[in-house]
Amino acid sequence: MIRSLILQIATRLLVPILLLFSIFMLLRGHNLPGGGFVGGLVAASAFVLYSLAVGVDGARRVLRLAPRTLLGTGLACSVGAGILSLATGASFLQSLWVKVPLPGLSDPLKLGSTLIFDIGVMFVVVGTVLLMVFSVEDRVPGLIDD
Amino acid sequence: MKVLLVLPVLIPAVTGILTLLLRRSRFAQRALSVLGAVALLGASSAVLWTVQTNGIQVAQMGNWAAPFGITLVADSFSAGLITISAFVAVAVAVYALRGMDVEREFFGFHTLFHLLMMGINGAFITGDLFNMYVWFEVLLIASFVLLVLGNEEKQLEGAVKYVGINLVASVSFLTAIGLLYGFTGSLNFADIATSMGNIQEAGLEATIAALFLVGFGIKAGLFPLYFWLPASYHTPPAPVAAIFAGLLTKVGVYSLIRIFTLLFPDPTGYTKTLLLVVAGATMVIGVLGALTERNVNRLLAFLVISAMGYVVMGLGFFTTLGLAGAVFYIFQDIPVKASLFLIGGVMERETGTTEVGKMGGLYMHRPLLALSFIVPAFSLAGFPPFPGFWGKLTLVQAGLATENYLIVAIALLVGVLTLLVVAQVWARAFWSPAREEGLVSTDSPLQRSVLQAPIVVIGVALLAVGLYAQPLFDLAQQAADNLTNTAPYIQAVLG
Repeated sequence: MIRSLILQIATRLLVPILLLFSIFMLLRGHNLPGGGFVGGLVAASAFVLYSLAVGVDGARRVLRLAPRTLLGTGLACSVGAGILSLATGASFLQSLWVKVPLPGLSDPLKLGSTLIFDIGVMFVVVGTVLLMVFSVEDRVPGLIDD
Repeated sequence: MKVLLVLPVLIPAVTGILTLLLRRSRFAQRALSVLGAVALLGASSAVLWTVQTNGIQVAQMGNWAAPFGITLVADSFSAGLITISAFVAVAVAVYALRGMDVEREFFGFHTLFHLLMMGINGAFITGDLFNMYVWFEVLLIASFVLLVLGNEEKQLEGAVKYVGINLVASVSFLTAIGLLYGFTGSLNFADIATSMGNIQEAGLEATIAALFLVGFGIKAGLFPLYFWLPASYHTPPAPVAAIFAGLLTKVGVYSLIRIFTLLFPDPTGYTKTLLLVVAGATMVIGVLGALTERNVNRLLAFLVISAMGYVVMGLGFFTTLGLAGAVFYIFQDIPVKASLFLIGGVMERETGTTEVGKMGGLYMHRPLLALSFIVPAFSLAGFPPFPGFWGKLTLVQAGLATENYLIVAIALLVGVLTLLVVAQVWARAFWSPAREEGLVSTDSPLQRSVLQAPIVVIGVALLAVGLYAQPLFDLAQQAADNLTNTAPYIQAVLG
C-alpha cells in the first residue's frame, strides 16, 4: 500500500473507468483488436491499482470472490461454451448464434456462444493475475501492504 | 463421433475445473478425482473400440474443415495410448487417496493431475502441429506445478533443471514448426505430409528433423539431453513421479514417432544413423546410471531413460516390424514405469529410507508388495513371460531383419545389465534378512490396501498381457501399419 493522497483519489476515479474499459475491450474483441484476454488484463489492473492504493485486504473485499473461484468459474464458462455446442449437435466449440431483435434498432443483436467463451477467458485472466499478485503479498508481507 | 473424440480431453478438463471449484472439500475432490479418472478410462476405451471397429476417427474442432481448423485424430496408436494412460490414471488416482498428503491436496494436486491428463491426451490425439505444441505447454505447466507442489528444497532444485531444459525443448520444437509452416503453409499433420516436397527441395529435411529430434528428445529423456530426468523425477511424491515416469517421456517419444513416420518416412542423410546412435547411447547411459545408483527413485528414473532407447531404436529401423516393436514397448512400458514408481513410494513409506541397501527384508514383511514388484521389474528386464520380453523380442527381430547387428548386440547387453539392476534391488530390498527394527509405516491394513490395490491390479494386467500378448500385439501391429502406410491417415483427415 502506498500512502499517497493523490494515488488514493486518482484510484477512486480510475477504477470504474478501467472496469468499464475492460468490458468495452471484451465486447470489441469480436471484430476488432481486443477480447477476453486484454479485457481481463485491464480489469485485473484495476484491482491491482486498488490494492496499491487501499491495500490487498481492501482489494480482496471489493473483489468478493476468491481469485481461485474466479479462475474456476472462468474455465467452467469457456469449457461450458464448448459443451453447449456439443449438446446442440454441433462440433465442439462451434459458434452458435441467436439474433435478438432490439426495439428501435433495425439490425437485430447477434449473440454468440463465443461471447460466453470470451467472458470465461476474461475471468481466467483476472483470477490468474490477482492470484499471483495477492499470493506475493501473502508470501512477502510488506511488498504491497506496508 | 463429434462427441466421442473430444471426451478424452473434455473429461479431465471438467474434472480439473470441478476439483478447483470444490477445493474446500477434501472428500469431494477425492471422489471427483477417482470418478473423473474412471470416466476417462471409459471414454478412452470407447474411442479405442470405435477405432478398432470403424478405422481412424477424425473430429474437426469448431466445425472448421481440415486443414484450416484444428483436427483431432485417433488411430490405433493414439487410441491405445490414451486408453493405457487412462488405466494408469485410475491407478494413480486411487493410490493418491493415501499416498498424497493433505497439504498438497489442498494446494490443488487433484486439479493439476487432471489438467496434466488433459494435456497428455490432447498431445496424443491432436492432428495439428501447433495444437500439439499447445498441449505440450499445457502438460508442462501442470507438471511444473506438480513438481514443486510442497515446496521442499530438493523439489525446487529439481524443478529449476526441469523447467530450464524444457524451455529449450519448446524453443527447438517451435523453431521446427515455424520452418515447416514457412515452407508448406500448413500446420495440419496430414496436409504437411502431402507437401513435404517443398522442404526436400529447399534441402531442409535433415535440419527440421534434427530440430524435432532435439525438442522431443529432451522431453523423452534421450541421450545426451537426459540429465534433467534423474535430477528431478525422484523429488516429487510417488503418485506424481509415477504419472511423470509413466506418461511424460512417452508423450515425447510418441510425438517423435508420429512426426518422423508422417513427415520423414524415409529420411535422407544422417538422420537414420543419428536415431540409432542416440538410441544405443540412451540405453547404455540409462542402465549404467541405474547400476551405480543406490537411491531407489533415482535408480528407477535412470531405467526410464534406458527404456526410451529401445523405443527410439524401433523407430530408427524405419520398418513396420520395428515400429510394431516400438509401439508395443511403449504400451507395456507405461504401466510398468508407473507401477514401479508407485512401489518405490510404498518401499520408502514402509522403511523410511530411499536407500535400496538399507531397506532389507521387505519380502518377509510385505510378501504381496514383493510379488507385485517382480512383474514390472522383470518385464523391464525383458524376462519371459512378462510383456517387456515380447517387446524386446520384436525389436531384436526387426534389428536382425534390417541387419543392424551392432545396435541389436547393445540392446541385448543392456537387457542383461537391466536384469542385473532389478536383481540387485530384489536381493537388497526384498530378499535380504528381515529388518530387526521392523517397518516404520503406521498405515492401518485398510490404508495399506489402498496403496497396494492399484499396484496389484497393474501387476495382474501386465502378467495377463505377458501370458496372452496377442491382442495387444495385434493393436501394436495395426498401429505400426498405419504409421508406415500413412495414406489412410491422410485420407481420413483431409477427406
